[in-house]
Amino acid sequence: MVDILMPRLSDTMEEGVVSAWRKQVGDEVKAGDILVEIETDKAIMEHEAYEAGVLAEIVVPDGGTAPIGAPIARLQTAGDPAVAAPAAEPAAKQSAAAEKPAEPEAAPAPAAAEPAGTPAPADGSNGARVLSSPLARRDAREFGIDLATVEGTGPGGRIIRADVAKARDAAGAQPTTAPAPTAAPAAAPALEETDELIPLTSIRKTIARRLTESMQSSPHFYVTKTVDAGPLMQLRAELNERLVAADKRKVSVNDIVVRAVAVVLRDHPVVNSSFTDDGIVQHGRVNVGIAVATETGLVVPVIRDTDGKSLTRISAETRELAGKARDRKLGLDEMSGGTFTVSNLGMYGIDHFTAVINPPEAAILAVGAVRSEPGVREGEVAVVQRMTMTLSSDHRVIDGAQAAEFVRDLAAVLENPWLAVA
Amino acid sequence: MAVMSYRQALHDTLRAEMLRDPDVFLMGEEIGRFEGSYKITAGMLEEFGPRRVRDTPIAEEGFTGAAVGAAMLGLRPVVEIMTINFSLLALDQIVNHAAKIYGMFGGQRSVPMVIRTPGGGGQQLAATHSQNVELFYAFTPGLKVVAPSSPADAKALMLASIRDDDPVLFLENLALYNTKGEVPDGDEPAEIGRAAVTREGTDITLVAYSRMAHVALQVAEKLASEEGISAEVVDLRSLRPLDRDTVIESVKKTNCAVVLEDDWLTYGIGAEVAASISDGAFDWLDAPVRRVAMAEVPLPYAKSLELAALPSANDVVTAVHQTLDAVGRRSVGAH
Repeated sequence: MVDILMPRLSDTMEEGVVSAWRKQVGDEVKAGDILVEIETDKAIMEHEAYEAGVLAEIVVPDGGTAPIGAPIARLQTAGDPAVAAPAAEPAAKQSAAAEKPAEPEAAPAPAAAEPAGTPAPADGSNGARVLSSPLARRDAREFGIDLATVEGTGPGGRIIRADVAKARDAAGAQPTTAPAPTAAPAAAPALEETDELIPLTSIRKTIARRLTESMQSSPHFYVTKTVDAGPLMQLRAELNERLVAADKRKVSVNDIVVRAVAVVLRDHPVVNSSFTDDGIVQHGRVNVGIAVATETGLVVPVIRDTDGKSLTRISAETRELAGKARDRKLGLDEMSGGTFTVSNLGMYGIDHFTAVINPPEAAILAVGAVRSEPGVREGEVAVVQRMTMTLSSDHRVIDGAQAAEFVRDLAAVLENPWLAVA
Repeated sequence: MAVMSYRQALHDTLRAEMLRDPDVFLMGEEIGRFEGSYKITAGMLEEFGPRRVRDTPIAEEGFTGAAVGAAMLGLRPVVEIMTINFSLLALDQIVNHAAKIYGMFGGQRSVPMVIRTPGGGGQQLAATHSQNVELFYAFTPGLKVVAPSSPADAKALMLASIRDDDPVLFLENLALYNTKGEVPDGDEPAEIGRAAVTREGTDITLVAYSRMAHVALQVAEKLASEEGISAEVVDLRSLRPLDRDTVIESVKKTNCAVVLEDDWLTYGIGAEVAASISDGAFDWLDAPVRRVAMAEVPLPYAKSLELAALPSANDVVTAVHQTLDAVGRRSVGAH
């Protein structure tokens, strides 16, 4: 059996179309007979048989396309055994081949239906074209604002950045009204009567995107340790007594934890890092972010150069940033540039939890409540104060032992908290 | 650092390179005995002799072709074509030969030559002597095209051009020869293909080169002092390779741009820059990129008409106003 291959008929040809078979399956072929017409990118050319035989199979039917060198038919030559047999077989193959052209014809039909369907919703949602600058569209995407609801003041009514900013401020006051029209068509199907659809705010979208990205791209692992929080509570009590006496504001357990984290991070640059495609960035500065729950969602203001700031300074900055966060007045620069995050659910009485890393940072510390429980101190059963913390680490950057060392050193500082204040 | 004219910077750099590398030689009309039409080569014939400072006949295609041959055989010719208008006579040698030899012959021969040539209108030299046809060369792969706007860049880019192994079209500008500026000592070549942010700003980006880079700086100062508009100026310095990244980064910061050029608008270098901006900074644009260019006419001889046809500082100010008005960002100033 000899394969008839798609011939190369011009320098630029990469594939050819079988324009028409001049011989049919079962036909006898002499060397030099015209077998098939091939259409190239330039012309239709006749292709002749190089050998004599019987055309046994047409692999590429009329209208079919094949790359140069691909078999388009098979020829039974005199040397082949069972020259007599092919008659029945090719018939079957031929009909199979004949079905093929039918397929491409069928395929376009559903495809054609699609374009007809799509314009309808587009018309339905909003008939007129909304003119907007690329920057305005970018801002609108970011803040989750539907441009159809924005009035354009640029030339020809074009929506410009200032218009989106105005719309965002307005939406900030009444977040539920503006996004509704966009959300409705997308989510209509599975809602039951008792369900309520709450439109995604831009902050919720950002949280969703970033945390999904974090869990998907950075392999998390967790290291947990419980520390004796007695000395910590004692230090805080003493300190606050003096601060109150001096007419200054008290510090919180979390303030001391943040200060301790910053101090220990200096000795653990691996934990104060970020993974990038170009390599691991070890940050020269220690900027600790503090997870703050707000009505609209989680935000993480950052205290810059935390390791160089006193406990009272950290406390004051945290209070200020958390206040701004709750009032939604946090600037972008106050939320960016973090190198590590502390998340504390102690005030909710949570004993222990794990946190999702805040990308592009490499680790986050989840801190639980200080609780009193029976424990063993100096060989005696006693009431001890305990606090459990869990470090979530990005395993691309931090190895298990490195995380363990960091947590161990942090525990040592928290159990001897004067080191954190020093 | 010495303060000197653009002309002096070119002269001193050429001379220093002649002293540094015996393969560097000069060719051109009237560059020897007459010391150059613009006196860039003053004193060179006397210092280096007729073997290295060659007066040529008025035959641009001939002497440019001779330089291509010399460069192929290892010398580093610096050709002066009296004005870029006359370079059209040597177009075949520049575009078809100098630019293509390295690629066409599989890298067996490079063409390390420099073609120095001034362009620009404003001198009442009429239509055929006032053109800015650097576009023809910037359009051609295989050539490098640099266009310094300051004496410091004239020096740094001349050093880079002479030492470059590819043919470089070195665009000078008649209006710039007497401008002065600080020129660093030493012998630090510029990186060809790197634009410079010559003034930082936040409201709008002005992209320009050669004379218009000067105008851009003047306009930016005026806008800042009179209207509180903060314009950033990007001086392209090199038209090929074109430093798109620097332009794009600037536009990402300012969100709108005006591109200035000294030649005809249609199909121009400004069009290329505008296309690059829309490609690289589309989502950062708050307004269409505007272009300021010369009137699309053969430049008139009459002084008043010539001035009317050339792009002016006022034209740039108007374009900036129109752009900022379109995005409601012109806070100061009456209109």
